[in-house]
Amino acid sequence: MTTKAASAPSPFIERSDVVSWGRVSRGVQRVARPGFRDELSGLPSHAGDESLLAIGLRRSYGDSCLNRAGAVVDMSGLDRFIAFDAATGVLRAEAGASLSEILRLVVPKGWFPPTTPGTRFVTLGGVVANDVHGKNHHGAGSIGRHVRAFGLLRSDRGALTVTPESDPALFASTIGGLGLTGVIEWVELQLVKIGGAHLDVEIVPYDNLDAFWSLADESARSFEHTVAWIDCTAGGAGTGRGIFSRANWIDDGAYDLHDDKSWKRIPLEAPGFALNRFTVGAFNKLYHRVNSAKAGTNRQHYAPFFYPLDAVHDWNRLYGRRGMLQYQCVIPRENQRDAIAEMLRVIAASGQASFLAVLKTFGDLPSPGVLSFPRPGATLALDFPFRGETTLNLLARLDAMVREANGALYPAKDGRMSREMFRRSFPRWEQLLKDPALNSDFWTRVAQ
Amino acid sequence: MNIESERIVILGAGSAIARATARLWAARGARLVLVGRDQDRLNAVAADLVARGAAQADGVALDCASADAAAELAKMVEMLGGLDILLLAYGVLGDQTELERDPSAAATLIQTNFTSAAAWCLAAAAIFEKQRAGALLVIGSVAGDRGRRSNFIYGATKGGLARVVEGIAHRLAPLGARAVLIKPGFVDTPMTASITKKGLLWATPEQVAEVIEAAAERGGPVVYAPKFWLPIMLIIRHMPTFVFNKLNL
Repeated sequence: MTTKAASAPSPFIERSDVVSWGRVSRGVQRVARPGFRDELSGLPSHAGDESLLAIGLRRSYGDSCLNRAGAVVDMSGLDRFIAFDAATGVLRAEAGASLSEILRLVVPKGWFPPTTPGTRFVTLGGVVANDVHGKNHHGAGSIGRHVRAFGLLRSDRGALTVTPESDPALFASTIGGLGLTGVIEWVELQLVKIGGAHLDVEIVPYDNLDAFWSLADESARSFEHTVAWIDCTAGGAGTGRGIFSRANWIDDGAYDLHDDKSWKRIPLEAPGFALNRFTVGAFNKLYHRVNSAKAGTNRQHYAPFFYPLDAVHDWNRLYGRRGMLQYQCVIPRENQRDAIAEMLRVIAASGQASFLAVLKTFGDLPSPGVLSFPRPGATLALDFPFRGETTLNLLARLDAMVREANGALYPAKDGRMSREMFRRSFPRWEQLLKDPALNSDFWTRVAQ
Repeated sequence: MNIESERIVILGAGSAIARATARLWAARGARLVLVGRDQDRLNAVAADLVARGAAQADGVALDCASADAAAELAKMVEMLGGLDILLLAYGVLGDQTELERDPSAAATLIQTNFTSAAAWCLAAAAIFEKQRAGALLVIGSVAGDRGRRSNFIYGATKGGLARVVEGIAHRLAPLGARAVLIKPGFVDTPMTASITKKGLLWATPEQVAEVIEAAAERGGPVVYAPKFWLPIMLIIRHMPTFVFNKLNL
């Protein structure tokens, strides 16, 4: 195929191991992995007429980080820090830098990301492209609020430095813009000061949804971080029972780091029958009991508090060959109580949910992106082992409830929402200043 | 943690293994000179290393394969005020079929991987000999252990380099200075990106970097990275020819 006279070989390689976190969509994907930023501008000419998509560590669950009709640019080799000012907490780094590496740099100097998703194995570009939120949403809002600037490489306008002031429309399009407004080359983020690497974490077991809503209201005032794990197998009077956790940073000057080497690994995909309603039900009961016994306040390091699942690398393989779907919705505050209660009843009755169900209230701080997910209300996230039609039918029922309640679904978690559901979730979607040379499987599905 | 910053020169500082190793040294507060062909890229690497704790990181753009090694290294040693470690991390894999067909391509590969590399090693050895201290670290390859049909020209350059490093280690040993050849097995880097089936034998650049960091302190003159390649290559080296010839390696 290649002859000596030919120009440089294509940087794109066909790989079959590039899947998203849910591992449902499989197939061959053309991938380039540049090591330096100057390689980015040459990639479109190698891709020819094919569309491109910059991707990171592929923690998005569905198809927003895949582009099988075109090609993808794996940004994980562009992970250099550009500048960090330990006096002001302003960090500028290439888009492929992971939160895990950033924490290693900034925590010992007393800084922390302004908000963090539930895994540290995400890239800076990915957190911007999905405008991620965390357990402190009620105080900090989504991460886009803390982005000072980013470098964007567009096929039609070249390399741009974008700030909220320099180009408000492009800034708002790119925050949460699913990587479709240009290749994010670097990001400048304002970090927040911490007085140590540990938190005072209070665990409060509660019995039903009413108790959750009062805990959430009461805790938002005096705790920086709040979240609840829900036993989604519990129905009837116990619907929504779970473990509420709320925490504040401790100012003790102990800045110990997390250790990425202590990962436990899931080396193989589990057999499909490993997660069934009996094992999941048993897990949920056990989890509830163990955590109820731990009720009270404990000092906890940021890693187990913010990133409990990162302790088991590749935990998604527990879902076996067919993979899983995650469902994350947000319900506006005026409808949250009724809608969440009804959804949880349907999920418990279905017997399909797994052990990872999280409920959290969002605060009022507006998210800056055209396609930002967080909005005032409550967000519910659950995993479902993928079992074909059965799973899709259940999620379609949930969709109807979310739609009824004027809620929205989270693209980062989605692998199956309908075009209509997407457009209702993000009524401003047509304002997205998409780069014509970029695309994703998700976008093809919901917008074209 | 050293109280005085280590003074380190890295040749081929843009490579994935060099980058991972440089980050370990930067975290210890080292002072680094980074050598590669592209000044902008070196500047990006340098900024990253400074953010990670390097006391100094300067990029020097030159083509290691054609530079006057002794003269250039002397300038770098002046920039650092001495030299504690030289890491030679540049090299090209080449395409065996093309190398067999085209003698000039083979000559270029040999110039890059062996001839120029040997000159840098000798230049560093002279400095370490004078200082009676220092560590020369050279990235070789398991491909240099036994010629096999899939990559023996590349393997020959790395095998030749192994003899150079062994000899320098022998020469420096009585003086207290050291030379170590680090032989990585399969490493997932841009150099091997076109190989898509990556199994259990594959290592990350970070794993290899830890071996290199340790090699700067002790051991040698030959270290495999990761270490499990030692028994594997022992078997491959000593396998009878009639068996070896049946293997498609």
